Amino acid sequence: MTDSGDNGKMSGRRRFLLAATSVAGVVAGAGVATPFLRSMMPSERAKAAGAPIDIDISKLEPGMLLTAEWRGKPVWILKRTSEMLDDLKKLNDKLADPDSQRDQQPSYAQNPTRSIKPEILVVLGVCTHLGCSPVYRKDIAPADLGPDWLGGFFCPCHGSKFDLAGRVYKNVPAPSNLVVPPYTYLSDSRLLVGSDSKESA
Amino acid sequence: MSKQQNSMMEWIDKRFPLTATWKAHLSEYYAPKNFNFWYYFGSLALLVLVNQLLTGIFLTMSYKPDASMAFASVEYIMRDVDLGWLIRYMHSTGASMFFVVVYLHMFRGMLYGSYRKPRELLWLIGMAIFFVLMSLAFTGYILPWGQMSYWGAQVIVSMFGAIPVIGDTLSNWILGDFMLSDAALNRFFAYHVVTLPWLIVVLVFVHIIALHETGSNNPDGIEIKANKNPDTGIPVDGIPFHPYYTVKDIFGVIGFLIVFCGIIFFAPEMGGYFLEDNNFIPANPLHTPDHIAPVWYFTPYYSMLRAVTVNFLGVDAKLWGVILMAAAVVIFCFLPWLDRSPVKSIRYKGPYFKFALTLFVISFFVLGWLGTKSPTPLYTLLAQIFTVIYFAFFLLMPWYSKIDKTKPEPKNVTK
Repeated sequence: MTDSGDNGKMSGRRRFLLAATSVAGVVAGAGVATPFLRSMMPSERAKAAGAPIDIDISKLEPGMLLTAEWRGKPVWILKRTSEMLDDLKKLNDKLADPDSQRDQQPSYAQNPTRSIKPEILVVLGVCTHLGCSPVYRKDIAPADLGPDWLGGFFCPCHGSKFDLAGRVYKNVPAPSNLVVPPYTYLSDSRLLVGSDSKESA
Repeated sequence: MSKQQNSMMEWIDKRFPLTATWKAHLSEYYAPKNFNFWYYFGSLALLVLVNQLLTGIFLTMSYKPDASMAFASVEYIMRDVDLGWLIRYMHSTGASMFFVVVYLHMFRGMLYGSYRKPRELLWLIGMAIFFVLMSLAFTGYILPWGQMSYWGAQVIVSMFGAIPVIGDTLSNWILGDFMLSDAALNRFFAYHVVTLPWLIVVLVFVHIIALHETGSNNPDGIEIKANKNPDTGIPVDGIPFHPYYTVKDIFGVIGFLIVFCGIIFFAPEMGGYFLEDNNFIPANPLHTPDHIAPVWYFTPYYSMLRAVTVNFLGVDAKLWGVILMAAAVVIFCFLPWLDRSPVKSIRYKGPYFKFALTLFVISFFVLGWLGTKSPTPLYTLLAQIFTVIYFAFFLLMPWYSKIDKTKPEPKNVTK
């Protein structure tokens, strides 16, 4: 370089200018990148589309699973029979988080049945592994799931298993229990999913 | 050449090095004279790339990147666009055949040690092409917005959610929404037709420049440049790429096209391996198909993703699965430094390497097969065993390649 001075070394002033220009360039680069990166975040329209939903559960029979859509995800409402509720207790030592220690539910669902009313389970039907929607398998001891199966949810994508309270089994790919969304009862037969305050209905 | 043509070339050469480029890369680019069957796949990959670029442009003329119209627009191409089915099948078959030729091209490199010094950078550029190819395949598979498009994308994007702390924000940023929706389809279309094709073309160009700098390796794994004719400076074992290898490659192209057309016209879905049955059902965010598997070329990695079922070192199984899957692809990049054998080609390597490579190929196929199956306890166990073998091939290579009993390399290339 011809500008480098006689002995080929940069003067302190030139070195300072080079460093300052580089720093300014990086700052400018980050500034220019900002609008591009920000434009890829969820838009205002996407943010606005998350309103709570009102679900009528009066026709739900024991053992029946109802699927509703909230924020583009399946919400399951399962009315459990008394045998199903009794079976929940037998499974504790096969589950990864039987007492719902991990923060996967509102505090009012952090109980043995993971629900407000024991028989009605409300969970997001989205596997906590990689987002597939598990299948409701209420059949006891089917050939493919083994003799110990007491009914639950099985994820066909990667083989994760959940019991009828959405609690995850040990040694499956999914790390945690199914998520219980915020919900509340507007009346005995009407459920509000997406918010736990009755005012937002 | 006539006098007129001569003066025309002169006029151009003074303004653009056309003759010099032709000579440097074709008529006076000397390649080893002992190329065999395995050397078809580089030029075939180039052919498939051109096929994808060309058919892709024509597909965009009729396709609609909108969640409510995408599926119907693909059916429109298949039923109503004149010969639209042919262009689409050329593109969908091309995607699978791209992986066939690229996997064989990579395997050739492993057979003959083409990744070894001085071709480390050439190998790394090739790996970059492979990553872009995988991204192209993934984004392309989403576009028809069928059930497999939807749930495949759901699984892949959820992997980013496994990254601690930033995972959720990152997946929202990737999706442009809080779930997989129209916003994601629209941007994956942009990646698939603009960003990634542009990137792969540039990388392929750089790959060829790097290849022509070091010169091709060959089935004997010896450097032909080490043995030049003292009078001409041309490698004794080299022959000009054009016409020798252009003609050979055209022969390969004919063979390839017979297979390619056979698939397009007689088995475009390839029994559910190239186009999966569930992708003929429109995407439904509320229902996962009972059996989901990725397209065949991703199944070995998919098996590894679900092979990890235990938490250890304080990291949960989900994140380990993702890390393992990524590592299984990235680990190829380290081959140039993992292989410590004194010889390059399998022809002169010893029994340990041959045994290890055989096991690796078997594990790749078994994992690929397992990835198409529903997980059962036995299959998960098999996937775990073969995942260990897959990684052992790479991680133990510094030892077994070093202590292996090799044969001496010849001075000249053999048949």
